[in-house]
Amino acid sequence: MAITEVKFGDRLLTSKEFLAEGHNFCIGCGEPMAIRMVLKTLGENVIMAMATGCDEVTTTPLPYTSWRIPWMHTLFENTAAEISGVEAGLKILMKKGRIPERRITCIAMAGDGGTSDIGLQALSGALERGHDFVYICLDNEAYMNTGIQRSSSTPYGASTTTAPAGKMSMGQITRKKNIVAIAAAHGIPYVATASPSYHFDLMRKVRKAADTKGPAYVHILTPCPTGWRCGGDITVQIGQLAVQTGVFPLYEIEHGRYRLNADPPRLKPIEEYLKLQGRYRHLTDDHVAIIQEMVNEDYAGLKEKAACFPVEAKE
Amino acid sequence: MSRRVALEASHAVAEATRMADVDVISAYPITPQTHIPERLAEMVADGDLDAAYIPVESEHSAMSACLGAAAVGARTFTATAGQGLELMHEVVYVASAMRYPVIMAVANRALSAPLSVWGDHSDAMAVRDTGWIQVFCQNSQEAFDLTIWAFRVGEDPQVLLPVMVHLDGFTLSHVTEPVLLPEQSEVDRFLPRYHYRFALNPDQPMTHGAFGPPEIYAETKLAQAVVFDNCKKTILQGWQEFRDVFGRHYNPVEEYRTENAETLLLTIGSFTETAKIVVDARREKGEAVGLISLRLWRPFPFEEFRRAVRGAKTLIVFERAISFGLGGPVVAEVRSALYDEETRPKVASIIGGLGGRDMSEEDFEYVIDRGREVAEKGSDRVLETVGIRGESEALKR
Repeated sequence: MAITEVKFGDRLLTSKEFLAEGHNFCIGCGEPMAIRMVLKTLGENVIMAMATGCDEVTTTPLPYTSWRIPWMHTLFENTAAEISGVEAGLKILMKKGRIPERRITCIAMAGDGGTSDIGLQALSGALERGHDFVYICLDNEAYMNTGIQRSSSTPYGASTTTAPAGKMSMGQITRKKNIVAIAAAHGIPYVATASPSYHFDLMRKVRKAADTKGPAYVHILTPCPTGWRCGGDITVQIGQLAVQTGVFPLYEIEHGRYRLNADPPRLKPIEEYLKLQGRYRHLTDDHVAIIQEMVNEDYAGLKEKAACFPVEAKE
Repeated sequence: MSRRVALEASHAVAEATRMADVDVISAYPITPQTHIPERLAEMVADGDLDAAYIPVESEHSAMSACLGAAAVGARTFTATAGQGLELMHEVVYVASAMRYPVIMAVANRALSAPLSVWGDHSDAMAVRDTGWIQVFCQNSQEAFDLTIWAFRVGEDPQVLLPVMVHLDGFTLSHVTEPVLLPEQSEVDRFLPRYHYRFALNPDQPMTHGAFGPPEIYAETKLAQAVVFDNCKKTILQGWQEFRDVFGRHYNPVEEYRTENAETLLLTIGSFTETAKIVVDARREKGEAVGLISLRLWRPFPFEEFRRAVRGAKTLIVFERAISFGLGGPVVAEVRSALYDEETRPKVASIIGGLGGRDMSEEDFEYVIDRGREVAEKGSDRVLETVGIRGESEALKR
């Protein structure tokens, strides 16, 4: 098929797919949706380093690959360090005239475990050093590739295989680690949350992240029908509900200034989001009330931060 | 024309790296490696070296950043020691399996616990199965020469393997000695500009580091073993070319006064020079004692080693690491290398120089005398050691 620009909503988007068909993602997975949007936004002048995880094992069983971009994977926890080397290497080779001067976006991509847990040190190092790269976390809120084990990104109340709900347990008893705030605390120029259910917003943020000089961090919530115990046909809907209930607000932090991108006049009750997912099936009304309170509290906190920096005109 | 200058071995490594026109240095400080990255950082800061210096937050990231830089075709260098090498252990395997010719200087250091920043070979032995070419230096000149050589061999299109250049922590890394520094033009003649055919590049999208299901993993490992076996040719060729350009020659197994030797002492690294003094003294007394030193540790130089020990009655292996439950890691390999030989020397193993414990001439006198006894009569001790205090009853097996 010839590569063309196709009309997508009111935008033009390349018809080229940089993630080839034939990969082994689960049906309804949010990750390939997000990846396709990221790559369609950035085009072919990219190099990606990817952590071990779902997206890596589903796309590259030797001798096959789904990647139509230059792509590398080495280990689980070192993606940010690896992309540091890619970025520094490209820069110096261009400076020395060994490779042609051009703009190449360096992307690091990892799951929530590879970002919030085992990869946190490497990420922090790369953000602090100020490499010019885009770090994208595809957050499905547990170690899904190894079989739905809890991570520090698993939300309160969710049942996973290593923090299962049982007679003596309600599943995850800790709150989701705020890795977005941790990334922002490095004082990097651009941090954002995004969802493949809001594709224009996601693509705009990825573009902005790539255009940012220095490190940019984009945190994308990618629903996982397998681990969240929900139908593969409601991925988009669940992603929307995550935003509409306020459990995963869409916002940006530019040079420390918070801005909410979608601020519904009234948040939907959290129950609407929870009840679609088997991982929350065991929760009692009391548990749901606690979660509702947490969401309210976090959302209010976010609004407070955003209010400190009023934005005059909407984009 | 070479210049004769006084250089600390660590600075000799840094100078070699500069003259190799390295592109990316990624390193994390750890004693006793620090003088290497410090000097390189200084060169970059002063504009004497046009390279990216990435001050990473750990050794794990040091090697990981080298992989990223190597993937886009940069000439890469790092340095570490002891715990640092252990922390990057899993990444070390990846470098060789993905055929990224990262060059790494290791200022050999003991491993915790207890904490020791001082030298021995535990770190080098712990990475002997990682698929890296490993060479040991005895002095500052060798530290310079072998670093230049490492780039030449590792980046050879037939090889594309990472190389570890070992220099003993403190007893070599911090020792200042006269070093002959070549002209830049000589280095350029010896070391061609690196061109990596498989560099990640948007014009030619490529996947590096796909995963290996059971149907294919084993084949990738076999392929790696074949490449590793073949690299020996280039290693020797590299040393041949080195002699042609710089006039100094290196061998996988270095021999010292081995002619008609009945007793051979085997050493690795900088203590070899102390052992040479003792061998000289023994020869003075009319004893047929010689010395061999393993320069190339991986790939193990079977052929050269067997040739070097042929005819000797006794081989005494002195080594600076323990493999618990086995003895010395070096002697285990040496014995296995000799197993199929029709005639072979009796082998004794003596361990010493652990965690920075010095080895004096007297210590090597003991190694030779005790080694002969052990080779003849066997040992009733848990470990045969030199210069280590211990209750003799507790040491009985």
